[in-house]
Amino acid sequence: MTAVTEETSKATVPFSTETLPASAPSISREAIAIERSLIDNSTSGPVLTFFAAAVGWLLLSTLLNLISSIQLHWPGFLSGIPFLTYGRVYPAYQNAFIYGWCSLAGMGAAIWLMARLCRVSVRAPGVLVFGALFWNVGLAAGIVSILAGAGRPLEGMEIPQACHWLMFIGFSLIGLWGAVLYRFRRESVAFISVWYILGALFWFPWLLATANVVLSQSDVVGVMRPIVAAWFSSNVVGWWLTALGLAAAYFLIPKTINKPIHSYSLASLGFWTFALLSGLTGMVRLSGGPIPAWMVTVSIAASIMMIVPVATVTMNLIMTMRGSTNMVFHSPTVRFTFFGAIAFAVAGALGIFSSLRSVDRLLHFTQFANAQQHILLYSFFSMVMFGAIYYITPRLVGCEWLSSSMISLHFWGSAYGGGMVGALLIFAGLAQGFSFIDPNSTITQILGIAEVYFPGRTIALLLISLAHVIFALHFLLMLLRIGQPGGEPTLFSSHDEEKH
Amino acid sequence: MSRSSTLFAGLFGTFAVSCFAFVLAPQAQLGGLQPQFTEEDGKYSEIYPVENASLKSGRAVYIREGCVYCHSQQVRDPQNGTDIERGWGIRRTVARDYLYEQPPLLGGQRLGPDLTNVGSPDWRDESKQEVEGKPKKRDRAWHYLHLYAPTTFVSSSIQPPYHHLFETRKISGQGSADALKLTGADAPKEGYEVVPTAEAKDLVNYLLSLDCSHPLKEATAAPGAAGDTGAVAAPASAPAK
Repeated sequence: MTAVTEETSKATVPFSTETLPASAPSISREAIAIERSLIDNSTSGPVLTFFAAAVGWLLLSTLLNLISSIQLHWPGFLSGIPFLTYGRVYPAYQNAFIYGWCSLAGMGAAIWLMARLCRVSVRAPGVLVFGALFWNVGLAAGIVSILAGAGRPLEGMEIPQACHWLMFIGFSLIGLWGAVLYRFRRESVAFISVWYILGALFWFPWLLATANVVLSQSDVVGVMRPIVAAWFSSNVVGWWLTALGLAAAYFLIPKTINKPIHSYSLASLGFWTFALLSGLTGMVRLSGGPIPAWMVTVSIAASIMMIVPVATVTMNLIMTMRGSTNMVFHSPTVRFTFFGAIAFAVAGALGIFSSLRSVDRLLHFTQFANAQQHILLYSFFSMVMFGAIYYITPRLVGCEWLSSSMISLHFWGSAYGGGMVGALLIFAGLAQGFSFIDPNSTITQILGIAEVYFPGRTIALLLISLAHVIFALHFLLMLLRIGQPGGEPTLFSSHDEEKH
Repeated sequence: MSRSSTLFAGLFGTFAVSCFAFVLAPQAQLGGLQPQFTEEDGKYSEIYPVENASLKSGRAVYIREGCVYCHSQQVRDPQNGTDIERGWGIRRTVARDYLYEQPPLLGGQRLGPDLTNVGSPDWRDESKQEVEGKPKKRDRAWHYLHLYAPTTFVSSSIQPPYHHLFETRKISGQGSADALKLTGADAPKEGYEVVPTAEAKDLVNYLLSLDCSHPLKEATAAPGAAGDTGAVAAPASAPAK
């Protein structure tokens, strides 16, 4: 089984186009193993804190999502409780999912990856835990505010400003520590994942601070406010979450299949086109709205050009996998991450498609936009993060995952449930869009057509919820150090034929 | 330059481009936007839009209950959909319409009708034939009933019933003039009545005030729209300063 004991194999993932890898041949395997375990020891506290908080938020956001989904086909559900009506549960779900689960899982993975890829131990890991504390307190206060009806009336920026600043303080500590890891790196050339992480750690605080400062100016009035909110929330999805997800995918896929990245020039091209274009796509959200037309035109052009990063990144990951695709049957990490890579391409394609004016005039205001965001943040980002957590956690707690069938159940629940939600939202969006064409159709008739998909979504979400409960339980067992003895990763099946 | 400084210059540059394009440039363009008015003999009249502080509390209820997650407040032009044909407005909305909205509640989902002009007498969500020649349906009493028991009017409505904006109380004396005329399962017990709270009244005041049909020079009524009379379509005489 040596081929898949990812740790002991020589690091054949090069860290640059130059051939100097992490482990020069002169350094013995033992020395590498010792260095890695020292680094893992230093990151274990903060990274497990991030992951545990993320899993908690995942469960809460799944519950909120389920409630809001049920309410769309059973409007009386919980309507007697003011703070659980759709108009509050839905934004609470969105924010708990993005800033709770996605962001915390992403930060945990980012810190671990930075330490590993820069070959530096984290000094004073308590600072990171402190940062996570601020973030979580700010976020919890934000979610409570939304449910209490005191959220900020800006779509995508519902968390009140004071809570955002608390989260900003927390993030500053986390981002600073990430930058310190880079500053004291012992690896001369940065791996592509490090680029994406540095990008995310740089862009996110600037976004958060700029948006909040701009919105507190008294002369930013009228439609400028939703413009800034759309700029912020679309960039959180792109520059922050997508960047973190790609960083993890670029590390996990080559690492677990023990092959270098297919092409570094493609990786570099993908990164720079993503960095530039992603930041310009946001106004598609306000397409056709009361904002200057040139802004929407810029965003549509940028969205169409996004085909370059989407295609290069996907091609690069798929080409890296070529010849090792049977690994998806054995390694949980590969299965989750490769699924995520495919979903990234699908979400990218849908994003480009729905930005086109002729498509937008049909599908704006429908469930289609939700479908695109769901596929990007769940089927891509969350699946990659699940893969990362399955890969990283054993290295931090010293034992392996207890049960491969629990991982398998989690995968199928999330893959099928997530895929079903995406497909149903696409169908609902198309049904809505095509009925909007007929001006004599009333909104009731239009919704009647879309509504047939809503109970199906609830069923799919139940499947996802089950998968998340299994995952959370499994993660809890790992925190309690209940698992298989360390050393050999938990695989789906025997892997002897893979011996090299 | 070392690779690190190239990287950081690139990260900073991409942020600067995005921030310039979508924050600084639009603020430079929209920051000086003024209401439209006509000026005759030094007298300003027909100022639009007008700030109306009395609607603030109703708007706050609209925001608190998250109405924006199902109801948009933006009318698109005829090239971009059927909003105007379906009776949601007579012209597209533009940045000037939202000048005093802190912030505008544009909305990104339509799980219910657009409400930009719901207070206008011409607003409809039924086919044209159905409402032709009939008196305006959505008055105060209609909104109260629709908020309390949405299925009264639309049997398949997915709007949640907002019971917490109403009060069920014992009828004393004559009973309240605002009491909801509920029937069937929604009706209160004998001797009780359902009356709107101050919040519900504010909210309905706000809804009834929603009307962006005032002609603007940059957005005139689309031909064939409900209120498309010569007077409405005529451009306002004086440009905004």
